[in-house]
Amino acid sequence: MKSSKEIFEILKAEFGDKILELKEDIPVDPYIIVTPDSTEKIARFLHDSSDLQFDSLMVLSGVDDNNPVKTKDEEGTESLSGGTLSVYYHLYSIPLNHKIVIRAVTEKENPMVQSVESVWKTADWHEREAFDMVGIRFENHPDLTRILLPYDWDESSFPLRKDYKNPEFYQGMKIPY
Amino acid sequence: MGILDKEFSDSNIIITNFDNLMNWARLSSLWQLGFGLACCAIEMMATSASHYDFDRFGVIPRNTPRQADIIIISGTVTLKMALRIKRLYEQIADPKYIISMGSCSNCGGPYWEHGYHVLKGVDRVIPVDVYVPGCPPRPEALLEGLLKLQEKIRNESSVKKTA
Repeated sequence: MKSSKEIFEILKAEFGDKILELKEDIPVDPYIIVTPDSTEKIARFLHDSSDLQFDSLMVLSGVDDNNPVKTKDEEGTESLSGGTLSVYYHLYSIPLNHKIVIRAVTEKENPMVQSVESVWKTADWHEREAFDMVGIRFENHPDLTRILLPYDWDESSFPLRKDYKNPEFYQGMKIPY
Repeated sequence: MGILDKEFSDSNIIITNFDNLMNWARLSSLWQLGFGLACCAIEMMATSASHYDFDRFGVIPRNTPRQADIIIISGTVTLKMALRIKRLYEQIADPKYIISMGSCSNCGGPYWEHGYHVLKGVDRVIPVDVYVPGCPPRPEALLEGLLKLQEKIRNESSVKKTA
């Protein structure tokens, strides 16, 4: 059984600057922030390392961090742009009985995170849901299509993003109340 | 007035009019399309089970729209499901009736404001005969809805347009 601090040290020694930060002084489970372009390697290590043995991906969630940057143009009208999306991986090791949360932060403009489907098969549909709802693209995912919304849903419309606006109609049916 | 207008006391002959006979036949065997959507479907199944016994009104679940007379929209109608409901409704042979069961299918229910995926009332895609309020309605309420529908059918006319 390893503490989150020990897990962080092990990862830091293995991956260096790909591992950004450990957040501990929070009311929820401590999490480790990593760069989105190396999640597959990190996941493979977490799964295979004999000290860690994270054999179970409990849940993978896509989150809109709701942190857009306010910009004012010359006339003084404010507009929101940028911000980040995150992917949270809740991991559990059944043989060693320890847990950790990994968070990968990516830009909202072009959200790209490596898929961990090759490490945990569970991630397949979870990543499709994160793509469906907040529009995070997973590199090397075998079938990144919508999972809950209809296939003909507007391609650039992701309903769980904070700046989402309901369209008027879907297939001739009025959506607003 | 029921189906009997006149009865000859010493034989098996009754006299009635065509509308009464047809309406009586229709309202007494409302075969239901076996179709459940959400938590309302659990109450609908409870209504079908022995305690409330939907069968005593002639409501029998059928597994194909070709053999069904009514469809009970029992639950949240998502936009994705709305297209399927419309297709199922179109496959039911006339005369066909619709009971909208519960707040979700009546008007969107708790999803009315933030439900990006919910149709705000099934009457936006198919014509509803009876609305049963509740979230979900108790079996008694669904039975009441069915009795209301029977009342509606009882007053139909094959010559005059009713609705």
